[in-house]
Order: sequence, then C-alpha cells, then structure tokens
Amino acid sequence: MRTKIEVRALKKSFESDKGPLPVVEDVSLTVRDGEFIALVGPSGCGKSTLMNMMAGFIQPDAGSIIIDGMLRTRPDSRGILISQQGSVFPWLTVRENLMFGLNGHALPDKRAIADHYADIVGLKGFEDSYAHELSGGMLKRTELARALVVKPEILFMDEPFSALDALMSLRMRNELLRILAKERHTTLLITHDVEEAIHLADRVVVLSPRPTRIQAVFDVPIQHPRRLSSREAQELRVTILSELGVAREELGS
Amino acid sequence: MARIKEMLPALALIAVLIAAWWGAVAATHSVIFPTPWDVVTGTLELLENGTLWRHIAASLLRVGAGFGLAVCVAVPLGLWMGWVAGAYRTLNPIFQILRPISPIAWIPIAILWFGVGDASPIYLIFISSVFPMVVQTTAGVHTIEKRYLRAAENFGVSRRTLFRQVVIPAVLPQVIVGMRIGLGVAWLVVVAAEMIALHSGLGYMIMDARNAGNRYDLVIAGMIIIGLIGLSLDSTMRILEGTRWARWRYAH
Ligand SMILES: Nc1ncnc2c1ncn2[C@@H]1O[C@H](COP(=O)(O)OP(=O)(O)OP(=O)(O)O)[C@@H](O)[C@H]1O
Ligand SMILES: [Mg+2]
Repeated sequence: MRTKIEVRALKKSFESDKGPLPVVEDVSLTVRDGEFIALVGPSGCGKSTLMNMMAGFIQPDAGSIIIDGMLRTRPDSRGILISQQGSVFPWLTVRENLMFGLNGHALPDKRAIADHYADIVGLKGFEDSYAHELSGGMLKRTELARALVVKPEILFMDEPFSALDALMSLRMRNELLRILAKERHTTLLITHDVEEAIHLADRVVVLSPRPTRIQAVFDVPIQHPRRLSSREAQELRVTILSELGVAREELGS
Repeated sequence: MARIKEMLPALALIAVLIAAWWGAVAATHSVIFPTPWDVVTGTLELLENGTLWRHIAASLLRVGAGFGLAVCVAVPLGLWMGWVAGAYRTLNPIFQILRPISPIAWIPIAILWFGVGDASPIYLIFISSVFPMVVQTTAGVHTIEKRYLRAAENFGVSRRTLFRQVVIPAVLPQVIVGMRIGLGVAWLVVVAAEMIALHSGLGYMIMDARNAGNRYDLVIAGMIIIGLIGLSLDSTMRILEGTRWARWRYAH
C-alpha cells in the first residue's frame, strides 16, 4: 500500500529553566495509507509532543513530516487531532459541535450529517445537550464524532479513551473499529494500555523514555475481530510490556 | 417558597435595623434626623407630586445612554485588543493609567467640554464604565483555552466562523461580568454627577432636599431608592449570566 505519512529524523526540545529539555530524539516512521498505528511509551516520554508535530501544531527543531508527498507545516482538516485534554466546545450543543467543521454545505445538510454521526457514536437524543450535561464517555464520543464528520484522511488520537472505565473503553474501541472498517482513515493512537493497542492497531510502536526514540515496532498479525484472550494476543502483550520494562514476574505469567 | 425562606434572615436583619433606627431617633429626640415613618410619608409625597418618577427617569436615561455607548465601544475594542497583540501593547498602558482616575475628577473637564446639560453626565458614565468592560473583554479573549483555538484551527474554519462560534461565545461570560461591573459603576457615577452639576435626577433630588429646607426624610428616601434601583439593575445583568450563551461557564 502507498505511504501516507513519512516522519524523517524528527527532533524537538523545549526550553526549560535548566536549559534545553530534549523531548523527541530522532524519530523516523513510515505510515501506510489506511494503517492503524498505536504509540505506547512511558508517561512524559514525548508521545503528545510527537503527535502534535505530526498534526502540524508544533514545529520540529529538525527533521520533517511528509504527508502525501508534501511537507506538513501547519494543521489542516485532513488530519484531525483528538487532544488529550479534550476540546469539545462547551458553549455549543453536541449538534453544533459536530457541525462546526462542516464547511460548504447547506444548513439542513449540515444538520443531517451531524445527526447521522451523533447516531453512529451512540449520542442519539443528546444532539441538543451541552458538554456539562454529558458524561465523560459521551464527551469523548462527541469529540470522536466531530472529527469523523469531516472525513479526515488521518485521525490523530491522544489517549482518547484513557479516562473511561474498562467497559466503556471497550465499547468505544469496538465502535471505532466498526467506523474504521467503513471509512479507512489512517489512524495514529497514543495509549498507555497495551491491550488497547493490540486490540486496535496494525502495528504497535514502542517509544523509549524521554528523550524519546523508537525502541521497537511490533506487527499485530491477528485477524479482526480480535480475541484478546487468545494465546497469540497474550504473548504479544507480554512481549510489548517487557519491552516497556515491565518484568515477566510482575505480569504473573 | 424556598426563595422566601432563604431571604428570611436578611429580611429579619433589615427589620431589626429599622427598629434600631427608629428607637435611636426617638431616644435622642432628634428634630432633623427622620424616623422610618417620616421617610415613608416623604416618599409618598414625592410619588404623589410626580417628582420622583421624573428624577428616576432622568437618572436612568443618562445611565442608559452612557452605558449603552460604553458597551458599543468597549466590546469591539476589547475583542480587538485581546486578539491583536500589537493593539494590546499599544493601548493597554494608556488604559491602565486612565482607569484609576475617579470619574469625579473628570467632572470639571466634562463641564468644560459638554456644559451642564445631559451630555456631561453621559460622558462621565461612559468614561467610568468603558474601562472595566474593555479590561474584562480583553482578559476574556486572553483566557480562551488554547485547546479550543487549536481545535478551531485544526478544522480550518473561516475567520468569520472562528469569531462567531469560538471567540465570541468563549468571551461572552467575561463580557457580561464586565457589563455588571460597568453598570454598577455607572449607577454610582450618575448620582454623584447629578449632585454636582445638574438640575434633575436622583442625585440632584437628594441635594435639593437638603438645600431647600433640610428635608432629610427625602434625602434618605432618595438613598434607599438609589439602592433598590441599583440592585434591580444588577439583577437584570445577572439574568444575562443565566442565558444559554453564558451558562456553560458556570455549570460544572
Ligand atoms: N510546551 C512545552 N513546553 C515545555 N515543556 C514541554 C512542553 N510540552 C511538553 N513538555 C515536556 O515534554 C515532555 C514530554 O511531554 P509530552 O506531553 O509529549 O509527554 P507524553 O508522552 O504525552 O506524556 P503522557 O503520557 O503523560 O501524556 C514532558 O517532560 C513535558 O514536561
Ligand atoms: Mg500525552
């Protein structure tokens, strides 16, 4: 399949009181069109920084991000970032949030499209609600739907489900897989949940502690729908966890 | 019913204060200081001969004009200063110097420029309420959370959409806070201006009552009416805080 994103020798450091703080050190990665990549790594290693650079929000100190053969210098709607903090506009209703990114449609069409996506992510009946009237999970689904509405070629997701309980997070994953099976967005997902990475991704990229570099890359050669309890999945999980520095004894296996 | 119960302690305190006032006047046999009842009869007298309504209308019209003008200037100016860093750097120092000048200090200049008609107090109200509203609006723009601006940038919306759907709604609660402050100041200033420079309005009514025969019952009636109108102006502004455009800010 053709290359969608090419990350070449990316570097970034931030200024801090104690001089420059190197955060991303020489990351190179090629993402194929329609591929699902999961990024895992220790907290504070620079995952969000890396994703923000790929989405165009932060300029790298060195290296480049090539998308569809063109240098990425600033964000645009072909690659939507679902940020770690969440950014559903609290002053707009769910429907208005979903309609936000829809340019160049007539108003009734916008409404219809927005309501269709609200339905897809299970927010039917909440189109007129405001953020403060939604649960944490509904807020995340609003955020996801708002991104999907504009049919982005690339979906950047920074720990979108990490604040949810196990059941809700599992539901959201299945929801996401169902949508992706239809739409084939190229997807990058940051997660600290290795099981989530194995459940969703075609490849799992393990990042090193700060300053981060790519430590290992694992293919997930398991057919969808995946059974996480399968031996294959469990073995991969143990391998990735030990790559992250979790000793086998701690895994109790 | 619950509302009344909540207000009960405050009402009780007011009753106690009135009783103490009455007792103090009776005990000291004061000939000038009025009893609460004198104030009631004084108010009725003003109501009957129609002067009270005339003065209230005069004060409210001045506040309406000065405050309305200030809103029209302050909101766009505050948005601009908040959005354009150069505008902020240029204008903010001047505003910071002008803002602490008491509106009373402007009275001589207002009279010099606008005479003793209605234009002077309107100018004073404008001057005193425009600054807090500019400051609040600017601060409102500066405190829009970056994640929202980033999301807007990500979707690549037009400048128009960015302003209409992100910047303005994000700032609106702060603008309303500014308007509350501005209107409060305007109401303080109109009374002061009328005391010094004018021949109508509640401020004038108070000064006139004193000068024309030590009618302290009317002075106190005027003061209480000023307080009550100020309270209802503020309550009106608070209704704005509850509208759908501002409510998101307070609902958590
Ligand atoms: N704008 C910034 N200015 C200065 N330092 C920053 C900035 N953004 C991030 N950092 C620092 O860079 C490092 C990596 O941050 P980043 O948010 O990329 O980590 P992360 O891997 O996403 O962590 P987490 O898993 O906790 O979300 C941290 O030490 C952080 O303090
Ligand atoms: Mg992060």
